[in-house]
Amino acid sequence: MAASGDEVKLLGRSWGCPYVIRARIALELKGVSYDYVVEQLGEKKSELLLKSNPVYKKVPVLIHNDRPICESAIILQYIDEVWPEPGPRYFPRIHMNWFPALLKIIKVKTEKEKAEALEQSFVGLSLLEETYKKSFEGKAFFGGDNVGYLDIIFGSFLGWVKAIEKISDIKLIDKAKFPLLAKWAERFASVATVKEHVPKTDELVELFSKVLKDIWNASAPNN
Amino acid sequence: MFIYLQDQPRPDAAGRVGEPVRAAGADGAGGEGGGVRVRGGEPGGEEPAAAPVQPGPKKIPVLIHDGKPVCESLIIVEYIDEVWDKKPHLLPADPYLRAQARFWADFVDKKVYDCGTRLWKLKGEEQAEAKKEMIEILKLLAAELGDKTYFGGDAFGFVDVALVPFTSWFYSYETCAGFSVEAECPEIVAWAKRCMERESVKKTLYDPEKVYEFVCFLKKRYGVE
Repeated sequence: MAASGDEVKLLGRSWGCPYVIRARIALELKGVSYDYVVEQLGEKKSELLLKSNPVYKKVPVLIHNDRPICESAIILQYIDEVWPEPGPRYFPRIHMNWFPALLKIIKVKTEKEKAEALEQSFVGLSLLEETYKKSFEGKAFFGGDNVGYLDIIFGSFLGWVKAIEKISDIKLIDKAKFPLLAKWAERFASVATVKEHVPKTDELVELFSKVLKDIWNASAPNN
Repeated sequence: MFIYLQDQPRPDAAGRVGEPVRAAGADGAGGEGGGVRVRGGEPGGEEPAAAPVQPGPKKIPVLIHDGKPVCESLIIVEYIDEVWDKKPHLLPADPYLRAQARFWADFVDKKVYDCGTRLWKLKGEEQAEAKKEMIEILKLLAAELGDKTYFGGDAFGFVDVALVPFTSWFYSYETCAGFSVEAECPEIVAWAKRCMERESVKKTLYDPEKVYEFVCFLKKRYGVE
């Protein structure tokens, strides 16, 4: 279990990667101090990253007392188990495989692929809205009164949702179609820790148009 | 207490859940007067009973425990491990070792099924690529296994449950793509044989010949030859 002499490092990205944001929000909500080590966009992967995640070579990687933990969902569960207080507590996962479709909307090249990514995203959002209505209506967050695992898993994408809406001129979390989600998104965005870590819409739009677009066009989509 | 497992004669993810459920049913739920029912469905047919309990893609396996559904095979296995408090647990107690077990089970999830599908569905260069990738995947798993009896160490664990259903598919992968798992990764084959000595695995896993018949059925259906 955690002790005061613990050394905690998080390997992350400089561009508002939702998977990294998940880990940062979880660590912050638990009050864990950590060193944030940034892999620079467009540069060669560091020795530390390659050594800590030889299988996927991707961020985020949590390094706790020199032992690496990889994959954001697994990192969240680990954080929750090692630092159980204060909440959020681990919550049963639901189907979340569609989240990458959100980013695909601005990553893919053809109109057909974009339409597919959009459709997948709307199906996923409907699923979340339906789940919220069935199991969480009346509660502030998926975690109940406080932010929980699922709030973090999905909420880390919210900055990009707004940026994608602006870049592609579409409405994803439409108040008319997804009223519960729209209200939840407002509540989540106003949580102090979240405000610190979920990047601002305009910053992301600028990052996309000046940097990411070229990198994504040049190579296959990467985390 | 009543468990109801929506299963199907498909030997992959559903097989992974069958093992711990039957083990739980044998002395856990069964002992308390509960029952374990395995309900079959036709390949490609949607199970109407599952539809209302499962949002999103209507996929099996689904575990329905006292009317509450749990979806996604690895989540189901964790749920079973938590609810039927029977030692030894599938997941280790230490959080770091748990994270490692989840990582490797997730790796199996992400890599083996997809790559395996490409092995029987594709031909020519694409199939050759898939074969190369599958051998790399198996070698990584062999390295992770090391000289342990199981991925879980001395005890059969979470990663073993995640991977063992796919061993029934080795014969199909080998036949379709032309290679030998034993030649490339003898440690994995040796591990698979040890797993097959366990009652719960022996009872649950499908015969590799039957799996190959199923693959041939799928190939016809997808027009692959």
